[in-house]
Amino acid sequence: MIRLSIPVRQALEKLSLPVLIAAAFALMLIGKADAVLAMRVRMALADTLAPIYGTMAKPLANLRGVATDVLDIWDLRAENAQLRAENEALHRWQAAALALEAQNTEFKAALSWMPPQAPAFTTAPVVADSGGIYARSVLVGVTPPHHVTKGEIALDDRGVVGRVTEAGSRSARVLLITDMNSRIPVVLEGSGGRAVMEGTNGAFPVLRYWPEGTIPAEGERVMTSAAAGAFPAGLPLGTVHYNADKVPQVHPEADLDHLAILRLFDYDLTGVTAPDAPAGRPVQPPPSTAAPMAPASTTPKPGAVSAAHPAGPR
Amino acid sequence: MEKTPGIRPRRSFGQRLDRTARRGFPGAITIFAMVIAGAPFGLPGQAQLLPAITLASVFFWSLFRPVAFPPPFVFVLGLLADLMEEMPPGVSVLILLLTQMLVLRIRRPLGKQSFLFVWLIFTIVAAVATALQWALCSLLDWTFFPPASGLFVFLLATGLYPLIAIVFIQAHRSLAAPEQT
Repeated sequence: MIRLSIPVRQALEKLSLPVLIAAAFALMLIGKADAVLAMRVRMALADTLAPIYGTMAKPLANLRGVATDVLDIWDLRAENAQLRAENEALHRWQAAALALEAQNTEFKAALSWMPPQAPAFTTAPVVADSGGIYARSVLVGVTPPHHVTKGEIALDDRGVVGRVTEAGSRSARVLLITDMNSRIPVVLEGSGGRAVMEGTNGAFPVLRYWPEGTIPAEGERVMTSAAAGAFPAGLPLGTVHYNADKVPQVHPEADLDHLAILRLFDYDLTGVTAPDAPAGRPVQPPPSTAAPMAPASTTPKPGAVSAAHPAGPR
Repeated sequence: MEKTPGIRPRRSFGQRLDRTARRGFPGAITIFAMVIAGAPFGLPGQAQLLPAITLASVFFWSLFRPVAFPPPFVFVLGLLADLMEEMPPGVSVLILLLTQMLVLRIRRPLGKQSFLFVWLIFTIVAAVATALQWALCSLLDWTFFPPASGLFVFLLATGLYPLIAIVFIQAHRSLAAPEQT
């Protein structure tokens, strides 16, 4: 340690706070000017924390399991009744689905239908709800032989959760569809109309910019659209519900409050890269993927079923 | 720490280690609490926990044991908070440093006051800090964030302060006190 005289040391101590406050402003400027650097540092920290949270996850899940078990016992009867009703409804749907599947196979055979390539995916556990007070995102753990790239699409067992916006070697950050910076081009299943789904940082994203004439209907299902090449068409997002202010909200299909395991699909899309993205992937003009899909997603009701997974005819 | 002048025998390695551990305790416990606050508990409003803990911790230790929280350490703490909360880097750093600067100014009169009065002062500090945080985040991201999340941070920080303070006061008197060696 360097020996300094007492007045010098006192002067240094007095100076350190203002200097550090100036440094904080400088940091804000740097963060604004070089978003990539900020992202890299953040990812490095996430890579360090992800294994720690990964090891903590199991005992924590057990703990939470016990807590929910205790709560579940209380409303066992009500839940049973509800499940019975739901099961009956599902049986009816199963019959309908089987009939439709048979019909679909028949049609496909008649048309010599070329099935779309199945997209590659990795399954990853959610290790932390990393979102801060003004952001909605989750951190997923990645074990080294696998790897996740920016722009991959995250789905849980029911629907779209979000997109990978930052990818490190041991973790990746998924920006949820409810985040304020999330904008997703969507198709309304009933009318085939287009719109944009905007996150609000609240529980429900809202719909915006639908064309005149195709007003989102209450209870209508919302799917991703291939417009701009950021998402493949036809992934389930949620259902439309109007709130008290007559704003169409989307109730997400995915269970965003209890995310445990995500599937990260690599559709190898080359359109709009994920938010705050640096020039990572080579950007190709999207028409090759977007154009053939556009008519498919705008066909009225009967065609909508077959447009469920066109991941690009390549 | 040596208040009385005089020559005393050189401290043994064990004593020096003990002193270092006591000095480092407030910082270490704060970082530990921050990491734990980010763990997947699945609690509602967990995102707001981290800024609340950081603010309360910086306020408490700057007031009662500033030696344990030198400004460079607060800087690092703020940076960690920014990175963990996905805020624009520098926002928490600035807020925590400003909090510390203010607390160091009013330290002498405030240290003699009752716990309730200190809590009241913390409430005011937390209100200003969360408002500033919200304003800076909105400005740097150029988006109007709903102020409700900021308000929740304020309420959580205010509510949690007595709990955190009880733990810290115990530590301040026993674990983190270098005089005890």
